[in-house]
Amino acid sequence: MSGFSITEPSRGQKWIAGLLVAGYALITILPLIWIVATGFKSSADSIAYPPKVFFSPTLEGYVNLFTTQTRQTQEFLAAHPPQTWYEEIVHARGLVIAGPSRFGERFMNSVIIGFGSTFLSVSLGTLAAYAFSRFKVPLKDDLLFFVLSTRMMPPIAVAIPIFLMFRALGLSDTHAGMILLYTAVNLSLAVWLLKGFIDEIPLEYEEAALIDGYTRFQAFYKVVLPQAATGIASTAIFCLIFAWNEYAFAVLLTSGTAQTAPPFIPTIIGVGGQDWPAVAAGATIFLLPVMIFTILLRKHLLRGITFGAVRK
Amino acid sequence: MSNSMIGRAAAATPPGAARQIRGLSDRAIAWIFVAPTIFLLLAVNIFPLIWTIRLSFTNFRANRPNAEVSWVGLSNYQRILTDPDIWRTMQATAHFLVWTLVFQVLIGFTLAWLINRKFKGNDLWTTIIVLPMMLSPAVVGNFWTFLYQPQIGLFNYVVAFFTGIDPTSFTMIGDVALAPWAIVIVDTWMWTPFVMLICLAGLRSIPDAIYEAAECDRASSWRQFWTITIPMTLPFLMLAVLFRGIENFKMFDLVVQLTGGGPGNTTTLTSIDLKREAFEKWRTGYSSAYAIILFVTVFGLASIYVKALNKVKER
Repeated sequence: MSGFSITEPSRGQKWIAGLLVAGYALITILPLIWIVATGFKSSADSIAYPPKVFFSPTLEGYVNLFTTQTRQTQEFLAAHPPQTWYEEIVHARGLVIAGPSRFGERFMNSVIIGFGSTFLSVSLGTLAAYAFSRFKVPLKDDLLFFVLSTRMMPPIAVAIPIFLMFRALGLSDTHAGMILLYTAVNLSLAVWLLKGFIDEIPLEYEEAALIDGYTRFQAFYKVVLPQAATGIASTAIFCLIFAWNEYAFAVLLTSGTAQTAPPFIPTIIGVGGQDWPAVAAGATIFLLPVMIFTILLRKHLLRGITFGAVRK
Repeated sequence: MSNSMIGRAAAATPPGAARQIRGLSDRAIAWIFVAPTIFLLLAVNIFPLIWTIRLSFTNFRANRPNAEVSWVGLSNYQRILTDPDIWRTMQATAHFLVWTLVFQVLIGFTLAWLINRKFKGNDLWTTIIVLPMMLSPAVVGNFWTFLYQPQIGLFNYVVAFFTGIDPTSFTMIGDVALAPWAIVIVDTWMWTPFVMLICLAGLRSIPDAIYEAAECDRASSWRQFWTITIPMTLPFLMLAVLFRGIENFKMFDLVVQLTGGGPGNTTTLTSIDLKREAFEKWRTGYSSAYAIILFVTVFGLASIYVKALNKVKER
């Protein structure tokens, strides 16, 4: 910034621009606030007419999310007083907790598959990106084209042969299968992004290391890796968010043991229709980590979001 | 990059030459580093594609793996291209594609232009605007069906607040006329920030000096906008349109959760139709041909578009 500039917008302009953008931001965040708020509503409040802005918060949705319940007679309820606060919430509606729900399991699947595939795609991607960046490798110039073209197939179209392949190899509905699949989907983009980051590391560092007697491999992990750390981290976040949010493959290729949270959350059904507070509670738990990541790492995400097209 | 010392050395190093004394040769390292990636991409991207092409000429059904499979030549392709229902899904997809792009470009560019006024706190607001696009489309799409409920949904009340229409008088996702717009609205809400971010990068890439020169020449701000701002952000804008276009042509998760393709077939986009053919009716051969047709369509359109983009960039 060079102090005074004739191209600097006037104060009035800034105010109007600020107000418009803030207005848009407030409208755009309303559905997200509503998700979080609905998670703390009682069933009755969530379907109130007109929609309730002010309500007394309850953890009913969260309890419903994590437990399954059965209806019991008054005598049974009277004979078995609630022991804990969550039993009390359930008790008040004439129900008792029958056991844990599937949500915890599905959430853990998301964590395992998300982190597993991210770790694999970033490690393999870093190696390949280094080779693409520093050596003459065939296919190098076609790389971006390849990245784009693998993303042109609708996931459903890719899922047809993958479904048959997984069935033949016994990978259907397994963590290993989903980790491999997400790794492959993320890999082309990871290589592309990481190549961009490694390209920016001056060659002189490595040359100096090589002259000092390092082998090429030592130069890679002692000089290049630390330099590329920020780039590797932001690529990892991007891969993680993709795997975390993915739905099409998950809904087609998993049904029980390896099902992740996105296909599961919409199927949360309460007594008489969708249990919106429980759905909202599940959505909140699932979406909140991504929101926090986005806010903390906003500066580093741009490049991943734009497929490396926009660089600083 | 290849002009650098190491690049030249690597290219000139024959396998098994002097370097090997100090460990592996550069060429060997290059292959070891690239091999796993190439292998995985071949196994999960290229091989399935070839398999899909093969299946598209058969009458194979995945739910009957033991039934006899016979070659049917091009008849799958012929049936798809002459099926009026497919054209209806193509129209629904085109409607979705065109309007989401129009809204996202207009709103996204406007927002980027406003944010580029560099008012105080623009960082915070930008981050808030970006939030929706980072979230799981299936989970968010599912929740939007709740927001769209005519009696209890928030959306109808917000519309009622601004327009005075009775909030119970319309159903966004149950109405044949409104459902195609319901999906456009949610997609625009979710993905406008993407276009905005790319436009913002474009706007910030314009050197201040150009505006200063224009100011000295007494060009009006209107004229500066049309002769500097727009042409210089156009390549970025076109890139955003390319990415969004490809993504929305493939659109599945958000819309399937929102409307499931209904009411009737009004929001049955090609991906949703393909899913029904492949995983509900189990017409694997037929849906493979369908997939190939979709792939060729996107690929063809994108190639033409990239050519146009390169021309704009060269100017």
